[in-house]
Amino acid sequence: MTRYFTQEHEWIEVEGSLATVGITDHAQSQLGDIVFVEVPAVGTELAKGKEAAVVESVKAASDVYSPVSGTVSEANNAIEEDPALVNSAAEGEGWFFKVELADPGELEDMMGEEEYRAFVADLG
Amino acid sequence: MAEQPPAESPVKLPLDSWHIALGARMVPFAGYSMPIQYEGIMAEHEWTRSHAGLFDVSHMGQVTIAGEGAREALESLIPADLAALAPGRMRYSLLLAEDGGILDDLIVTALPTDGGEAFGLVVNGAMKGEDIAHLRACLPQAVAITYHRNLALLALQGPEAAAVLDDVLPGIDAQIGFMQSVRTEWQGAPLQVARSGYTGEDGFEISLPATMAEALADALVADERARPVGLGARDSLRLEAGLPLYGHDLTTRTDPVSAGLAFAISKRRRAEGGFPGHARIMRLLEEGPPALRVGLALEGRMPAREGSPVLNSDTIVGQVTSGGFAPSLGHPIAMAYVDAALAAPGTALEVEVRGRRLPARVTPMPFVPHNYHRAGAA
Repeated sequence: MTRYFTQEHEWIEVEGSLATVGITDHAQSQLGDIVFVEVPAVGTELAKGKEAAVVESVKAASDVYSPVSGTVSEANNAIEEDPALVNSAAEGEGWFFKVELADPGELEDMMGEEEYRAFVADLG
Repeated sequence: MAEQPPAESPVKLPLDSWHIALGARMVPFAGYSMPIQYEGIMAEHEWTRSHAGLFDVSHMGQVTIAGEGAREALESLIPADLAALAPGRMRYSLLLAEDGGILDDLIVTALPTDGGEAFGLVVNGAMKGEDIAHLRACLPQAVAITYHRNLALLALQGPEAAAVLDDVLPGIDAQIGFMQSVRTEWQGAPLQVARSGYTGEDGFEISLPATMAEALADALVADERARPVGLGARDSLRLEAGLPLYGHDLTTRTDPVSAGLAFAISKRRRAEGGFPGHARIMRLLEEGPPALRVGLALEGRMPAREGSPVLNSDTIVGQVTSGGFAPSLGHPIAMAYVDAALAAPGTALEVEVRGRRLPARVTPMPFVPHNYHRAGAA
């Protein structure tokens, strides 16, 4: 299992051709208290860089863009029921959706964990 | 493409380093760098509703209008009955345009003087430059307009605010009720303490020299019942309290009657007139406005934000002017202007958010009951 990170503060954990996607702990802390999440339905075709989910904090709405292309195979309905789970466990139980990768080559430009933590530290 | 003017960097509040030391996340707002949150908006919101929150509102404009004829001069711009306002009393009022549109909302306080006339105004931070220019353009030379740029303003709000204040400024709690103001001293500095705020809770707004702000803020949060609260919770608290926000729920295109603020147009002023927009406002009072500001309670968890259309069947009948999740209620709420025929509490409407129709019901405001401490009340 390998975990990748994007500059848009998403994480992707890949096992074979299946990827689990969520937002990073840094992203949740920037958003603040999350009160509403909408995840894509199973079967949705996602395109890299296109809207995949919606997160609303007390203050504002944010789109979550899919970091990869593929077909949604599972959505985490638990975070729709309990949006605060994204705040408390962004990089664990607060995952958003699982996707059957269309092009594993899309992972090539992504950061590893260490690189991502350094990227966040540089943001101040 | 047109060249962008260079962005002006936000001005720092007197308490800037204090906010940062307490872990605030600072954001630009109204030209200032302001704390949006410390530990989190929900926690700060709930703390204010159950204990006491300390808000830095030093970005707001504090102005004194004084001199012979100050009362009449100010009455020519706002619809309040200042003759009936005893020294130390406060009123919510509106700076009106010629067509009755709202230039800003404000609090006016009759200041005690030695026989002269003086009024304190607190206006919105984002509007204070325009407000002061408007006052200078409209008021006669004999009336002095003083903008107090060296004063800070701290708001202590919540059911335990009075108890916290009483330990730092003994006796004030017993001296003033809601919308009353008193002058006092603290560590040799002059303070104006008002029993007012914008959260719906009992509380105080303390005007003091900016150089003393940090010491007083420290003294207040030294009490474990008081915690610093940011702009984020200030917005969710005022929304639950049904209090309109200028620039969103009130603009130059809204009038006091449609906004549900007819209480701010006093009886004497209705009869006598002499304020901008009198004729149009009287017509709106008599005939009823075409649209009204209402509260909406939304089903589900998805909040509707400013600009979302309000629908009745398939017809657009209004627009959301501010909205968000209500931490005290656990569901989203909003303020909207809707057709007057559909403004009755209980009316079922829909709000469109990202192409989806969310069921919404017209709800009386405040959404969360006010908890003001009125003089004479137990």
